[in-house]
Amino acid sequence: MFNEYVLTVVSNIGMISLIALSAYLLLITGEISFGQQAFFGISAYAGAVASTLWGWPFWLALLFGSILAALAAGLVGVLTLRISGMYFSIATLAFAEMVRLSLYKLTYQIEVDGELIGPNGAEGFGEIRWIFDHDISVLEYTIMIYGVLFLVLIFLVLIERSRLGMIFRMLGEDPLLTKTLGLDPVRYKVSAAVIAGFIAGLGGTLYAHSFTYIEPQIFNVMLGVHSLAYGLIGGLGTVLGPLIGVAIDIGFLESIRIFQGYRMIVFGGLVAVMLIFMPRGILDEDRIYRIKAVTRKWFNA
Amino acid sequence: MTDFVQNCIDGLMFGSGYALLALGFTLVFGVMKRLNLSFGPSIMLGAYVGTWVYLNISDNTWLVALVTVIATITVGAYVERLCFRAIRRDATIASMVSSFAIWMQLEEIAMHLLPERTYPFPAFFTTTTLEFGPFYARSEHITMLLLTLALLILLHAFLFRTRLGLALRTVSDNPLASAYMGINGSNILFLAFALVSVLGGLAGFLILSADSQVTPFFGLWATFKGLIAMMLGGMGSLPGAILGGLLLGVVEANAFWYGGPVIRDLSAYLLLFVMLIVRPGGLIGQRIVAEQRAADERV
Repeated sequence: MFNEYVLTVVSNIGMISLIALSAYLLLITGEISFGQQAFFGISAYAGAVASTLWGWPFWLALLFGSILAALAAGLVGVLTLRISGMYFSIATLAFAEMVRLSLYKLTYQIEVDGELIGPNGAEGFGEIRWIFDHDISVLEYTIMIYGVLFLVLIFLVLIERSRLGMIFRMLGEDPLLTKTLGLDPVRYKVSAAVIAGFIAGLGGTLYAHSFTYIEPQIFNVMLGVHSLAYGLIGGLGTVLGPLIGVAIDIGFLESIRIFQGYRMIVFGGLVAVMLIFMPRGILDEDRIYRIKAVTRKWFNA
Repeated sequence: MTDFVQNCIDGLMFGSGYALLALGFTLVFGVMKRLNLSFGPSIMLGAYVGTWVYLNISDNTWLVALVTVIATITVGAYVERLCFRAIRRDATIASMVSSFAIWMQLEEIAMHLLPERTYPFPAFFTTTTLEFGPFYARSEHITMLLLTLALLILLHAFLFRTRLGLALRTVSDNPLASAYMGINGSNILFLAFALVSVLGGLAGFLILSADSQVTPFFGLWATFKGLIAMMLGGMGSLPGAILGGLLLGVVEANAFWYGGPVIRDLSAYLLLFVMLIVRPGGLIGQRIVAEQRAADERV
């Protein structure tokens, strides 16, 4: 009933959406991170090690990978968010490349069922067989991914409605104003970075178990830049923005054959043109406000 | 000890290439206060066009150099229009992201032009190894080091001794005041970009012909090495770019000798990361950070 290929694309959209959401959260606070792929990668490795080498239950491994990613994000945030803007972007880029290169040096293998398994430097980390061992179909795993994504979306919506979310948006609009109100921008930016790291981490562990094989090269700068671009295309006004961006890129450009070999040209151009004409994406704050006004009228009528 | 000194010499030689790239970065940053991340890929696309000419039309080295520089200028102009002029002047981060997006485009265009993994690049230099007592250096690297220093002096003279250079610095310092003085800021910025593209094209040609091959990884390599070298030295500072480039070269050469290629790249990023935390303004050019701190204190 469900085409295997379509399902792969759909589950891919779900996982990449998580890293796009993590970049989005930082974008809202006015910081551009080129390094969310680092936390995605840290969690992919850590989560897969926990589930395949140590035999932990999947949900615990997912939590473990994501918490580790959040801790790493917090550390980077504390170190670098003092200096914001361009410097933060470059520092995250440097950190992400450090993580990727360190993964080339990471070898940690344990014999499981008579076979050496585990991260092995440039050879990558294969045989992440949790899905097969537990007889989980692609459809079931896709539903699990979307379950996690749904929870994250609800969490983000709740944050945006809270005082914390207001402060995040205010930081993005006018950091000076935040400061004059007696709020410490660094503290709030670091908390945003930690939450973002956790969300990217959720995506990472899910990714590792879905593809059963990971290697350092997957977590390169281009993954980070893409996840950043999704929010910028889809819009910074709502959590649905990054999802639209992902859907446009993976669901549309990657899957349609005429774009084969020209995807980057189309996508890169799209991002550049969007930045000129709609610098805050399709669903920016303005449009969201108007949409809300219209729907309110309907419900009240 | 001999090894270490030899590594440092090698480092200085490689570092001159980094310094050339950093000069381009620092000039764009000094004038526009923005980063052009697609600098490396623009050079790569220029070099790919040069290589294409080399393979298909003529093997005259001078012609290839000329084509490389002209193609780099063309690509640079495209980047300037799309990522810098079309975006508001104060939207520094938007320009940076936009230049990253164009990076993907340029890389894919280059891959369509020449789809193989490696291509030969015409050697401009005759390679001889010079001996100084127990130490060695390759002649093409010494030429490159000297050329880099010559370019630094030329650029410095241009910026501080000519009217055009003065105009450029004025636009960078205070766009509004320069407009009142009748300076066409838009044209000046375009000129700066063209200048940087010439610099980039030259740098690309020299580095690639010293390597005598070109690969699709060159764009990423050039952007990162140039960026790291510039940030180490200090953003917007010409001597800083040279200093940063040479420092990066020396650190990398030693890291490579003692740890291999992965450690070499890792050390470069680690150096950048630590520098950004400890001294974000770079070795020269602490001013930017001092300004931010002063702005903070006014609150």
